[in-house]
Amino acid sequence: MPTVGDDRQLIEFVQWEARLIDEKRFDEWYDLFADDGRYWMPLTRGQPAGAEHTSLFDEDKLLLKIRIERLRNPNSYSQAQPSWCQHILQMPCIESRDAESGGAVLRTPFMYLEYQQDQQDLYAGVAWHHLKRAGDKIVIALKKIELLNCEAALPSLQLFP
Amino acid sequence: MSDYRSSAAAIRALVRDDAVHRDVYLSPALFDLEMERLWRSAWVYIGHDSQVPNVGDFLSVNIARQPLLLLRGSDGVLRVLLNRCAHKGSRLVGASSGNCGRLLRCSYHGWTYTLDGTLRTVPIKSGYADTRFAESEAAKGLTNIEHVANYRGFVFIRLSRSGASFEEYFGDSLSSIDNLADRSPVGRLEVAGAPLRYLHNSNWKMFIENLNDTMHPMVAHESSAGTARQLWKDQPADAPKPMVIEQFLPFVSNYEFFDKMGVKIYDNGHSYTGVNFSIHSSYSAIPEYAAQMAAAYGAERAQAILGESRHNTVYYPSLTVKGAIQTIRVVRPMAVDRTLIESFTLRLVGAPTALLARSATYNRVINSPTSVVGHDDLYCYRAIQEGLAADGNEWVSLHRNYSEREKESGLPGIHNGTSEASMRGQFRAWLAAMTAGETGA
Repeated sequence: MPTVGDDRQLIEFVQWEARLIDEKRFDEWYDLFADDGRYWMPLTRGQPAGAEHTSLFDEDKLLLKIRIERLRNPNSYSQAQPSWCQHILQMPCIESRDAESGGAVLRTPFMYLEYQQDQQDLYAGVAWHHLKRAGDKIVIALKKIELLNCEAALPSLQLFP
Repeated sequence: MSDYRSSAAAIRALVRDDAVHRDVYLSPALFDLEMERLWRSAWVYIGHDSQVPNVGDFLSVNIARQPLLLLRGSDGVLRVLLNRCAHKGSRLVGASSGNCGRLLRCSYHGWTYTLDGTLRTVPIKSGYADTRFAESEAAKGLTNIEHVANYRGFVFIRLSRSGASFEEYFGDSLSSIDNLADRSPVGRLEVAGAPLRYLHNSNWKMFIENLNDTMHPMVAHESSAGTARQLWKDQPADAPKPMVIEQFLPFVSNYEFFDKMGVKIYDNGHSYTGVNFSIHSSYSAIPEYAAQMAAAYGAERAQAILGESRHNTVYYPSLTVKGAIQTIRVVRPMAVDRTLIESFTLRLVGAPTALLARSATYNRVINSPTSVVGHDDLYCYRAIQEGLAADGNEWVSLHRNYSEREKESGLPGIHNGTSEASMRGQFRAWLAAMTAGETGA
């Protein structure tokens, strides 16, 4: 089984993933996810995985697709004035590799800014990318986002940290 | 601007039978009065008893600007105390929840209290010899809120000394809480995990009105639920629907669906939509659960419990309940244009995990600050908050399905689902509370 990629490829993949969101290249971003990939933001610190725990995001590809298509819908009123976002990433760190499956896990502390009209909201946290190989591509099995203020009262968070 | 504090007549002039003046959403002075009058005379939801199961467990909550503690005493009794040291006024408990042990201890001078609020120790008590301390407010310890009701685990308080009893205030609307609790085979609920906490930059009444507004989903949620429908439309009719599709699709049902759903109105601002059926009626069955319920209640009673499919029940002004999907939303007004909505997922004790997964999924997809449904709702509330600044028309219309007959026969009872009767009922309750005991022109 070939490994998912060398260190540099993995790090660049994580940086590329954030850039695609910031540039609203959502179709390309969507294609980075494995067919069974997930985009998960727990609501509490140390929250176990599983649908019986309420999360802020816990999107499979269908839910990601609904979000992406909705952003293009002219009747998405909350996007009458479009939101924009900016990820600022610390250097991703390769936490582990699984020789058997060829997968890898990267840890990336980040800041995330979301801006709409005259309001700019600042978030911070740690992103965990669980990457694997699908054919000749690197894909996301899981992107887990541990938000620093996950249990706080939050305004509308409309794009993708 | 009118002087609402000194003039009940000025407040009365804000509420017509079929319209309200914009000031009810915009005036900081009215917001202050709401906190003093409406939110103190109402029975307000404080928390669920499953959140404080053990001796010393507490929740720290602000209601009507009062710092409160919901606390499980050494005798197992739930009490609500003012979170204020009897000495110099320091907030006693800083965390939003936790366990304080057998005593509450002030962080400043170390005064301690037993869990019923009695002052237990004061360092170097001899310093108070020959003073009037023993007769003072301080010696009385922590103030207990007198009016506390625990209804099937849902704990409500009334801050004002006088007012309607719990049963008078809610009446038969409590049947929605019954139906929610009865959905557990053992009749018990537990709060599961943390609440989703969504900050709304809008007046609290816009949220509470919207819960039984059935004319908005097909418009405001066309972009989210409509997109889900669009993505699903090429699937064969009998294809098993993913849970989120099952939950999204009914939001874009047509006007006839929502009209036939029906709305039931109670006194004091309470109401529920989904008298006949609702957006929750067509979820796929969980056979193991149905069998459990039949075993626990008997087939007929189990069917009656699960046959109810109420949409939203509004326990005016602080709580909304979705029995059919086991989520509740709690309204915490913070300022005239700032409201915190906390959405809790409930576990039906004894029921299969699949139900909890369904509730947690629904809560996330619909009620989270990340929800594409919530985004469009909040956009509309904020649009009203800003649009109402427009001079020229100072009135908000609540005319839909109003008739003079409603005035004569009263609101309580069943109305067509798209009627604005629930909002008219809320403003009747609002006006009564805001002008109670007030005289003057």
